[in-house]
Amino acid sequence: MKRLFRSALAAAALVCAALAAGSAAAQTPPNVLVVGQIAEPQSLDPHTVTATNDFRILVNVYDGLVRFKDGTLEVEPALAESWDISEDGKTYTFKLREGVKFHDGSDFNAEAVKFNFDRMLKKDHPFYNTGPFPLSFNFASVESVKVIDPQTVEFKLSEAFAPFLSNLAYPTGLIVSPTAVEQHGKDYGRSPSGTGPFQFVEWSSNQRVVIERNPDYWDGAASLEAVVFRPITDANTRVAEMMAGGIDVMVEVPPDNLATFKKDANFAVAEQAGPHVWFGILNTKTGPFADKRVRQAANFAVNKETLVNDVLQGTATVAAGPIPPAFNWVESAVEPYPYDPEKAKTLLAEAGVENPQLTFYVTEGGSGMLDPITMGAAIQADLQAVGFTVKIETYEWNTFLGRVNPGLEGKADMAEMAWMTNDPDTVPYLTLRTDAMPDKGGFNSGYYSNPKVDELLQKARISTDQAERGKLYGEVQAIVHDDAPWLFVANWKQNAVTTVAVQGFKLQPSFLLDLHAVTKQ
Amino acid sequence: MPAYIVKRLIAVVPVLFGLSIIVFLVMALIPGDTATAILGAYATPENVERINRDLGLDKPLVQQYLIWIGNVVHGDFGRSFALNRPVLDEVLERFQATLVLAGVSLVLCSVIGLLAGVVSAVRQFGWADRAITFFVLAGISMPSFWLGLLLIYLFAVHWRILPASGMYAVYGGGDLKDLLIHLILPATTLAVVAAGVIARLTRGAMLEVLRQDYVRTARAKGLPERRVIYCHAFRAALVSIIPVIGIQAGFVLGGAVYIETVFQWPGIGAMLVKAISTRDILLVQGGVLVVAASYVLFNLVADVLQSMLDPRIRT
Repeated sequence: MKRLFRSALAAAALVCAALAAGSAAAQTPPNVLVVGQIAEPQSLDPHTVTATNDFRILVNVYDGLVRFKDGTLEVEPALAESWDISEDGKTYTFKLREGVKFHDGSDFNAEAVKFNFDRMLKKDHPFYNTGPFPLSFNFASVESVKVIDPQTVEFKLSEAFAPFLSNLAYPTGLIVSPTAVEQHGKDYGRSPSGTGPFQFVEWSSNQRVVIERNPDYWDGAASLEAVVFRPITDANTRVAEMMAGGIDVMVEVPPDNLATFKKDANFAVAEQAGPHVWFGILNTKTGPFADKRVRQAANFAVNKETLVNDVLQGTATVAAGPIPPAFNWVESAVEPYPYDPEKAKTLLAEAGVENPQLTFYVTEGGSGMLDPITMGAAIQADLQAVGFTVKIETYEWNTFLGRVNPGLEGKADMAEMAWMTNDPDTVPYLTLRTDAMPDKGGFNSGYYSNPKVDELLQKARISTDQAERGKLYGEVQAIVHDDAPWLFVANWKQNAVTTVAVQGFKLQPSFLLDLHAVTKQ
Repeated sequence: MPAYIVKRLIAVVPVLFGLSIIVFLVMALIPGDTATAILGAYATPENVERINRDLGLDKPLVQQYLIWIGNVVHGDFGRSFALNRPVLDEVLERFQATLVLAGVSLVLCSVIGLLAGVVSAVRQFGWADRAITFFVLAGISMPSFWLGLLLIYLFAVHWRILPASGMYAVYGGGDLKDLLIHLILPATTLAVVAAGVIARLTRGAMLEVLRQDYVRTARAKGLPERRVIYCHAFRAALVSIIPVIGIQAGFVLGGAVYIETVFQWPGIGAMLVKAISTRDILLVQGGVLVVAASYVLFNLVADVLQSMLDPRIRT
C-alpha cells in the first residue's frame, strides 16, 4: 500500500516536472502584444456593440471617416481627407482618401460608406437583418447618404447637429467592408474586415481574439507583429496574470492593486481622465430634494475627496458639474462643491427641513459605476452626519436601470448613475432637458427643468463653431452646478498597466485603445 | 439491461421539456430585459422597442416559446442575442472545454478519494488515517475559488512554473501538452472538495465491509491481506460509492462555474453566468439543457455501473 502511494506520488511529481520544464510557463511571445481584457467581446461588428471592452479591439481593426486626435477629444481626418459643412449645418461633404483597401482586398470608396450607414439606418436595406444596431440613434439625424463620385460622399441631415462629427469618430462610425458583410451575413461579427492597422486572424470563444499587422496600412504599418486580446473576467486572476507575465497589458486595474504596480519597477502604470461622470440623480419633483437648498446641502455634505482618494484610491477626480473636464475645449471655471458639513446644516435649516428622509437607490455594479456599493455607503454616512436619514435600496444593474430610467417619483429621492460619452452634448441633452423627461423617452429621471439650460443646449447642438459651443457648454456647466439637480461626485480616470518592455503605450481620453504606435522590446 | 437504459433515456425527454419551460419563465420573470442589457444606459423606451422588434421579443411569451421549441425539434437552437452567433455552436464549443476540465478532475478526485479512503479505513485511527482525515476535512472546508487563487499565486506568480489561467497558450501552442499544463491547476482545485467527500464515504463503506463475516472468512482461509482488501472488501464497498461518484460528477460540473471564472477556462459555466446577466435567454436555454442532460446521463452511468457490480439491483 505504502509503496503504491509512494510510486503514485513520484509519478505525479515527474509529470509535473516534465511539463513545467518543457514550457516557458508564463512568457508572452516576442513582438506580440497580449492584452488582458475584462470580458470577451460580443461581436467584432462595430455597429452592433456598445461596450468599451469591444471598442478596444475594434479601433485597431477599423478606421472611421474621422478620428479623435491623439490625446484629445477633437476630431481629425482619417478615411476622409477633408470635409465641408454647409452654412445651415445640414449637409456634410467628405472627400475620401484614395487607394485604401479593406483587409479582404475590396476597395474603400463612397459606395462602401453609403452601404455602412444605410445598413444601420434603413429598415429595408438587404443587410439590416445583420443587426440590431443599438447605437444607430447616434446617426438618427442622417436623412440620406449620397455618392457624388467614388471619392466623395454627402450626408444630408434632417436638422443641424453639431455632435455629428464626434459621433463619426466614435466606434459606431467605424467603416466595415461591404463585401465581407455580403459574404458572411449575420456571422460578419466573427469574420470582420476593416481598413485598420491590424487585420483579424482568429477568435476562439472566451479564449482570445488575435489580430495581426496590416502591412499596407495607409497611415504606416504598425511595429507589432500581432496583438492578442484575452478575456479575463475575474479581476484577481487578471492581476495574477499580469504579475505572472502571462499578459503585457492589463486594462481596468482594481484600485487596490494599482499602488502595488506603481511601486514595482517591472511595470508602468498609465492613467487618463476620460469623458465620464459619476453622480447621484436627485428627485427635483417630489420629496426633500424639490428644494434647491436641500440639493445644495447634499452636495456640501458629501466628502468627495475621501470618495475619490480613499474608496477609489485615486482612480478618479472630483466632479464639478455634468460636463467632464476631459472636454478641455469647454470653457468652464466651475469648481466642485467643497466639503462643508456646517454649510450643509445651515442650508437644511434655511429650507426648514432639519431631518429629511431619503430613499437612495444603489446598484451592485454596472457599466462605469466603479465601486457603487461602497460609494453608496460612504455617501449615506456623510448625508446622515448632517441630519439626513438615508435608506439604501440595492438592485442588480438591469433591475436598477428598469427602476431608475422610468423616473424616481414615488420610489426614491436619489439614485446612483454614471455616463460615458464622446461629446458634451450627449449627457445633458439626454438627462437634463425639460424635453428629456422619462415619459418623453429621455433619461431625466430626476425631472430637472430649467428653460435657460434647454435653450443653451439647443443652441450648442446646432452651432458648427467649436469655440461658440465651448462657451455655451461652459454656461450649462455653471447653471447646472448651481441648480444641483445631481449630487456631483466623480470623473473616472481610466487606467492600465504594462510591462516595461511595452513602449509608446498611451491611454486616450476617448477611452479607446489605439495600439498602432505601440512597440515591444 | 438495454431496455432499462432505453427506458431511462426516454424519461429524460419530459425532464428536459419541463426544464425548458421553467427556464423560459424564470428568464421572463426576472426584472430587466434583453434590450436593456444590450443598450445599457441608452435604453430609452424607443430604443428598447426597436431592439425588441428586431429580435422578435415583442411577440407574446407563449408564442416566443412555441417558435423556439418548434425550431429546437428541427435542431435549430436559435441565435444568441449578445454574441450574435448560433447558440448550438457556442454551447458545444464551451461544453467541450467543460467536459475536459470536469472529466479530468473527476478522474483525479475518484483516484485520490478512493485511495485515501481505503488507506484511511485499513489504518483506522493510525497516523495515516489521522493525516488523511485532516487533509480531507481541510479540502472539504476550503472554498474552491479561494484555493484556486492560492494555487495561482503559488504556482504562477511566485514560482512561475504553471500558467495562471486559460486553456491554451495565447499565441502558438494548442497541442495536448499545452492543454495538460493549463489543466493542472484548475483540475486540481476542482477535484479537492469532491475527493474529500469520496474519501470520507469510501472510508465509511470500507469500515462497514471490513467487519463482515466473509472478510473474516477470506482472511481465515489465508488470503494475502492485499487480496482481501482489494478483491473482496473494496469491490463490495464500491457498490455504495459509485452512486456518490455519480453525484459528485454533478457537483464537479456545477463547481466548474466558479473555477472557470477564476481560471478563465472557456467552459459552459462561465458562459451561463454571462448569458444570465445579459438576459440572453436562448443561450441560457441551450446551456441549461446541455448541463441538465449531462447531469442525468452521469447518474444513469453510475446506476448502470452499480447494477453491474451488484447483481441484487439488476432488474
